[in-house]
Amino acid sequence: MSEPHATALAEQFDDVVQQHQAASLGMWVFLATEVLFFGGLLASYTIYRYLYLPGFEIGSRDLSVLWGATNTAVLICSSLTMALAVRSAQLGKTKNLIRFLFVTLIFGLVFLFIKFGMEWRHEYLEGLAPAVNFTYHGAHAHSVEMFMMFYFVLTGLHALHMIVGIGILTGLIIMASRGAFSPGRFNPVDNAGLYWHFVDIVWIFLFPLLYLIGGRYTL
Amino acid sequence: MGTASTTALQPPVGEHRIHYLNAKYGIKSWLLTTDHKRIAWLYLAATSFFFLVGGIAATLMRLNLIEPQGAIVQPETYDKLFTIHGTIMIFFFLAPVIPTVLGNFLIPLMVGARDVAFPRLNLLSWYIFMLAGTIFLYCVISGGVDTGWTFYTPLSTTYVNTHVFSAALAVFISGFSTILTGLNFIVTVHKMRAPGLTWFRLPLFIWSLYATSVIFVLAMPVIAITMVLLMLERLFHIGIFDPALGGDPVLFQHLFWFFGHPEVYILILPAMGVISELVAAFTRRRVFGYGFVAFSSFGIAIVSFLVWGHHMFVSGQSVYAGVFFSAMTMAVAIPSGIKVFSWTATLYKGSVSFDAPMLYALGFLGLFTVGGLTGLFLASMGLDVFVHDTYFVIAHFHFIMVGGAIMGYMGGLHYWWPKMTGKMYPDYWARLAALIIFLGFNLTFGPQFILGFLGMPRRYAMYPPNFQFLNIMSSAGASILAVGYVMPLVYMIWSLKYGPDAGPNPWKAKGLEWETASPPPTHNFEVTPVVTEEAYAYVSNQPAVVTTAS
Repeated sequence: MSEPHATALAEQFDDVVQQHQAASLGMWVFLATEVLFFGGLLASYTIYRYLYLPGFEIGSRDLSVLWGATNTAVLICSSLTMALAVRSAQLGKTKNLIRFLFVTLIFGLVFLFIKFGMEWRHEYLEGLAPAVNFTYHGAHAHSVEMFMMFYFVLTGLHALHMIVGIGILTGLIIMASRGAFSPGRFNPVDNAGLYWHFVDIVWIFLFPLLYLIGGRYTL
Repeated sequence: MGTASTTALQPPVGEHRIHYLNAKYGIKSWLLTTDHKRIAWLYLAATSFFFLVGGIAATLMRLNLIEPQGAIVQPETYDKLFTIHGTIMIFFFLAPVIPTVLGNFLIPLMVGARDVAFPRLNLLSWYIFMLAGTIFLYCVISGGVDTGWTFYTPLSTTYVNTHVFSAALAVFISGFSTILTGLNFIVTVHKMRAPGLTWFRLPLFIWSLYATSVIFVLAMPVIAITMVLLMLERLFHIGIFDPALGGDPVLFQHLFWFFGHPEVYILILPAMGVISELVAAFTRRRVFGYGFVAFSSFGIAIVSFLVWGHHMFVSGQSVYAGVFFSAMTMAVAIPSGIKVFSWTATLYKGSVSFDAPMLYALGFLGLFTVGGLTGLFLASMGLDVFVHDTYFVIAHFHFIMVGGAIMGYMGGLHYWWPKMTGKMYPDYWARLAALIIFLGFNLTFGPQFILGFLGMPRRYAMYPPNFQFLNIMSSAGASILAVGYVMPLVYMIWSLKYGPDAGPNPWKAKGLEWETASPPPTHNFEVTPVVTEEAYAYVSNQPAVVTTAS
């Protein structure tokens, strides 16, 4: 596993295995932090949803389930390609690695385009952007505004993570094309994979919470 | 134990031994270093500076409270002073100080590693910390903030006109610094231990800092997101916390204290770790109940996430929630008690020596116990309504944070100073400073218990004249305390040049950090150590134990 020429061992580690394990554990701990980061926000959202259900349902019905579902599909596909990229790195197939990273990056960009270019733009034009352009004056206006605020903060934070992820993917593609990865050293790819899947999973929570449980569909 | 005799222990390596301090010179070699030992010094400089700023704010407050009508500042200024004092002391001194100074220096040494797991991340943490600190200083210079360090809404979001935004931004950013430090420590303790160093051979300082790191990682993101919401609310008035728009200001308190109470244990747990080391070294005994002390750190860390509601007994929280939080708060006394009793039991029949670090440790034992027991008063819902927001609360948490955390930090700094610098500080002055700090502390905060019980509320620039005597006592104590804090600054700096060489192990203490030279070489150990014995395997008292048994 540890061919000498293929390893870049930092001086504080004894061997590649230790380095890889440390990097993995570090990433998992970081993701635990992220869970709490989104957790505080989702807890607040849940409390206000409970308090102001009618307004939150009105707000939720103004979102586009079609675009949201499309984006969900895009992200799930990107998770698949990311997993394939990690596998390629493990096997040392650099060409495939670059290909899959690139496809993942494209999926990420598609997601952001739909998010900002289709959804946010639409909601802004509809007058549903709190504090910036909010013109809804029907029933429960305050709670609709609060729902939209949570929508923008949650999806905004998520999008910010996507943008960071795209930056990471770009870096990985450059590194991979310079031959930085090998079966003995692929933990940057591995960690980026963990991060990418985490960001996808956040969306898997956001999509139903924001779009689907708004009382749009009744049994 | 004399310091002169120990210099003979130092290996005859001559004047020009290369170590981490003289391996490289120049400002860049410090500001761009990834050596955990140098980063500890960067943090020492930064946190000492913030301690000074927070201390000046406290000094001005105590001066003002000499007169019932306020001696020197306007009430508005007083509000800013206590906010600056609280915010700086919590976020920029107490929370980071032991983990980032002593922890950074010692964790790799204690686990027998060349460095922390992610050295560059470690340096990044310092820069994030400095960025946050600079933003907060900007906030202070540009006019300050007067909400109290708790930033309660809707005061902070709607009503005050001071610089809440920059203060919240500083707190938000500082959170990431401590998160990354915690992450680094967790991975280091898991993955970087020397051969033979099993979990139950680790020094208790490591256990404590591990538990602290877990809290860092889990509590700091919550304050970060809370500060984001606070800043959004302040900028856009979107009604998350504003009741006029349907928001709930109490939600802010829930989020804040979900972080805020674990934060208290971030402050005290590292000090507890230091005390374990000091008690073992200066009684020459293994800490009584090692396993219990180790797990009690985790007990505290876990329960700390379930007690936040005790800050909100009078905020309209439901009585049933109050009962739960009250009970959980009292439960914290169990692991805390385990620690205090274990340390006390360690003293029993140990060969106790009263060097300066041990004086701090003994001071900690008394003051932390008082602070902890008065915490139980505040945990009882009925009594808390009576003393809520009075000086009783101030006195209680200063007994924990100053009497506990700072005593622990000072003790640890003295204990490991010879390791960090290779030099011994003047013992007489150090003992004198420890005594002055102990006396000054008690005179400052003892009267505040009485003031609080008599009904003097916190955060007021004025008070009725009948409280003046106790306030003057408190202010007098604060000036003594200030002398006690300035003294180490002077003689520690003096010792850098004039102190006698300490040798690798001036205390003849156990632990991997004492097995390498002082100051340690850049990569800590010439040869990776192999651990074959438990922590604190002192032999000197073994015969005494055997005699007792027979």
